[in-house]
Amino acid sequence: MVEDKRFISGDDAVAFGARLARPHVISAYPITPQTVVVERLSEMVEDGSLKAEFMHVESEHSAISAAMGVSVTGARVFTATSSQGLLYMAEGLFYSAGGRFPIVMMNANRSLALPWSIYGDQSDSLSQLNSGWIQVYVEDAQEVLDMIIQAYRVAEDPSVLTPFMVNLDGFLLTHTYEPVSIPDQAMVDAFLPPFSTHNKISFEKPLNIGFSTTPQDNLEYKYQQHKAMLDSVEVIQKVDAEFAERFGRRYGGLVEEYFCNDAEVVLVTLGSVTGTARVVVDRMRETGRRVGLLKIRYMRPFPVNEVNRVCETVKRVGIIDRDISFGYEGTVFTNVNSALSRLNNPPETVNFICGLGGRDIPKEDLEGMFLQLLDGSGSGKLERVQFIGMRVSINDR
Amino acid sequence: MKNRPGITKWERPSHIDDYPVGPSFDAGHLITTNAAWRTFRPVIDLAKCTGCYRCYLVCPDGVIFKKEDKVDIDLDFCKGCGVCSYECRVDAIEMIKESGK
Repeated sequence: MVEDKRFISGDDAVAFGARLARPHVISAYPITPQTVVVERLSEMVEDGSLKAEFMHVESEHSAISAAMGVSVTGARVFTATSSQGLLYMAEGLFYSAGGRFPIVMMNANRSLALPWSIYGDQSDSLSQLNSGWIQVYVEDAQEVLDMIIQAYRVAEDPSVLTPFMVNLDGFLLTHTYEPVSIPDQAMVDAFLPPFSTHNKISFEKPLNIGFSTTPQDNLEYKYQQHKAMLDSVEVIQKVDAEFAERFGRRYGGLVEEYFCNDAEVVLVTLGSVTGTARVVVDRMRETGRRVGLLKIRYMRPFPVNEVNRVCETVKRVGIIDRDISFGYEGTVFTNVNSALSRLNNPPETVNFICGLGGRDIPKEDLEGMFLQLLDGSGSGKLERVQFIGMRVSINDR
Repeated sequence: MKNRPGITKWERPSHIDDYPVGPSFDAGHLITTNAAWRTFRPVIDLAKCTGCYRCYLVCPDGVIFKKEDKVDIDLDFCKGCGVCSYECRVDAIEMIKESGK
């Protein structure tokens, strides 16, 4: 079979992936901060290449609400959003996770106001880590297409039944073009069977959907959600392996390691900065520097075992955050440290906050991070939370 | 007739798997009455009631039902809000303070 390879944007890749998953309904708010993902999908519905109902709703709050309505009928649904739109959905994020509706959504990672900015960082989705959604972060357009397809397999698994957010960096991935292999529809159909669930409403089986609980039962329902998220780890790994078998692309499940085996220091990344960091690792390896890269793919479920396995033998770990929990530190940093605290002798960790609001993270900055991690501070410890790429002095005048 | 299903006996789960997956279950399934916070109880004077069903229409909890030509109230679910009494055009519904339980 001739490979269908196209030069497309990350947004296009999402739309191709969504079409291949055969959703019955796409519900989306089509205006800012929306990406062209839903525009492409609406064109596909219009030209008949995607047999789906396209719902133009009046807000992201309605988009996620409509998605829940679709899901309770046992149909497959897709939606997409970004930054302020994701926050406008926030109520529905928790609601849909609690309802155990396996919605798949693409989120273009973009900065949050104020100051108003349309550029990229990961503050939006990282602020919603507690919403009960599975969260994956991708590195390139191919990965995002593949993850949209995998997302349905994971989310709809009977032991998971949890909504799935596929995150890709705004602008850096949504608006840049690269060659992407489009899988064959028949192969995707074989990998991703139609959604089937007992937990659906019909005329034959009317349901009381989303009831309330008293304090007598609330904890148990929340525990169910927690357990489903923990159980998703195994499903994610199984789906990743099966995808590799069928399509020849393996992503490594919860994390991907790059030169971590003999690494003295490791830099932890999320999303597209991983690509730049790979180049820096290659360069530094050429001069004998033992540096490694740990790409966290899933922030929920969090790869506790994987992070600890990689980091327990290294001297220092740097964690990049394209977000900040004001007055404290980056959210990825908090999560990594929480995992490392289970080790007997956790390595020293440093938080590099950078790339906020679309600022570039150049190779030189990444090299600087690695050098700090390699050299340490001499006697004491390195500054724990550092702002990289600051253009003014922040010392006392 | 009361316009609701009967109360079903429900065994409290002993294992997490005994719960439904997510808070959804077969429709028409009631496991408890719900009126414990009522402090005033609506009492209908059937001699005054004309069977206009205005109270039936305005009851926010849907607990008023037709009985012969008149109405009756499902006190297992009435919260005692008094809307029926306020809206009754012939003053046939009086709110009586519940005796302390």
